[in-house]
Amino acid sequence: MKRSTLFPYVVWMALFIIVPMVLVLYYAFTVPTESGATWSLENFARFFEPIYLRVLWRSLRLAVISTVICLVIGYPAAMVMSGNAFEQKHVILLLFVVPMWMNFLLRTYAWLTILERNGVINVVLNSLNLPSLNILYTEGAVVLGMVYNFLPFMVLPIYSVLSKIDRGVVEAAGDLGANAFQVFAKVIFPLSLPGVVSGVTMVFMPALTTFVISRLLGGGQFTLIGNLIEQQFLVVGDWGFGSSISVVMIVLILLSMAIMSFFEGEEKDVALW
Amino acid sequence: MVRFLKRSYIYLVFVFLYMPIAVLMVYSFNDSRSRGMWGGFTLRWYVELFQDRTIMSSLYSTLFIGVVSAIIATVIGTLAAIGIHNSRGIQKKLIMNVTYLPVLNPEIVTAISLMILFVFAKVRLGYLTLLLAHITFNIPYVILSVLPKLRQLNKHLYEAALDLGCTPARALWKVIIPEIMPGIITGLLLAFTLSIDDFVISFFTTGSGVSTLSITIYSMARRGINPKINALSTIMFTFVLLLLIIVNIRQAREQRKGRNGRNGQKSHFDSLRSRFSGA
Repeated sequence: MKRSTLFPYVVWMALFIIVPMVLVLYYAFTVPTESGATWSLENFARFFEPIYLRVLWRSLRLAVISTVICLVIGYPAAMVMSGNAFEQKHVILLLFVVPMWMNFLLRTYAWLTILERNGVINVVLNSLNLPSLNILYTEGAVVLGMVYNFLPFMVLPIYSVLSKIDRGVVEAAGDLGANAFQVFAKVIFPLSLPGVVSGVTMVFMPALTTFVISRLLGGGQFTLIGNLIEQQFLVVGDWGFGSSISVVMIVLILLSMAIMSFFEGEEKDVALW
Repeated sequence: MVRFLKRSYIYLVFVFLYMPIAVLMVYSFNDSRSRGMWGGFTLRWYVELFQDRTIMSSLYSTLFIGVVSAIIATVIGTLAAIGIHNSRGIQKKLIMNVTYLPVLNPEIVTAISLMILFVFAKVRLGYLTLLLAHITFNIPYVILSVLPKLRQLNKHLYEAALDLGCTPARALWKVIIPEIMPGIITGLLLAFTLSIDDFVISFFTTGSGVSTLSITIYSMARRGINPKINALSTIMFTFVLLLLIIVNIRQAREQRKGRNGRNGQKSHFDSLRSRFSGA
């Protein structure tokens, strides 16, 4: 078979993947002058102003919190699913996947109905003569939206690694005198690390870069790094600054992936997706 | 007892995952604007939905861009997969890495980079740019759906066709393409689904006057609750669910043939992965 079939794709790739990335770098590292543009790190320097550092800090903090919550809820769920509590495992697995197929805007919007002042939660609370809660437009609501949207990304990779663990190894640990806790801490958990790593990456990255969840559930009060980029391009029109934030974000993500793959060790292709 | 606790835990998680969707759907039939209250059953919001010009025109745009971008991406992606399958060494690695780039990059970065490109090249933002952007992010998923099929292919089939007098192009069309058809169809459906589901990339690459459903939903949701969105969600969820069932039945049938034990599941996961960059 010929390789010439690659040609249209290579052209497409160059035009719509490579060139745009080069343009982002170009805008990030230049500032406009009267005669065109000059190389400069000014855009990056701006990012270190306190107001923007606060945005970065908030993004990192909320992303970490969401990731931890997803892990705490998701790991036990993956363990139960990979065990023998259910006969129809693939149905349970599918039930985890189905909500992901709903448009994520709508999934996020759904929480508006539940959380708002006259929403479901407050109607229930009021009917029990309890005071209303103001959950919508708080950081808590943003974290809730992230956990809700990204939980399956934590569960599925952990599940796929756990279900491949050799039962014999677990039994051997028991035969050699380890109690249930020791079996988990010394055998199951270390073996499941690749899944945990890919789950953490898959929750952390979108949580860090989202701008929709924070806009809809945070009501625009909680600017995240994604919102900052959106504003620079669609409101302010400062492409240089917007591009430099994007570059910072890519670097952050590459860093976290590098850290993750360090922990992932050798079993790389186990958790490919 | 332990088994009961374990099961309850999973059911609890399912309640968390499905409750918002259920609430959304139930309230699409609620005859009261104040959301907490139940004002009786109505189909009013569905009627209003279909009378809403903005929503209907963005529905047409969504379907048009979904169909066209899926078809073009499938053609380019399938050809690319065949080429990648036959290349070796550094060339293959390089192409695969660039292919993964839009999959791994945060969606917002892909979005702004394309927006910069279009504005820089002075292409007017609108249908054309939306289409180009959607094709771009769809191609990798088509490639990733077709490649596993190529790996299962008997490589002597093509040579046999040539020995029997086929031209290379004819052998490709008559022998290779039919063999990898299931992968191509999966890629096509996946591309279509991803396209109609996309928000972030559309949001940045569209111009004034052209809006997809996701963009319309976003601008409506930003203003707060609107029962028409609930009606729309109910329809969309049902529709996507049907598509998903079709894809799954296809994959199950494939697996029963015993030819691709893992691939079905893999493309399933690959498709999911797109979602994470979404939000």
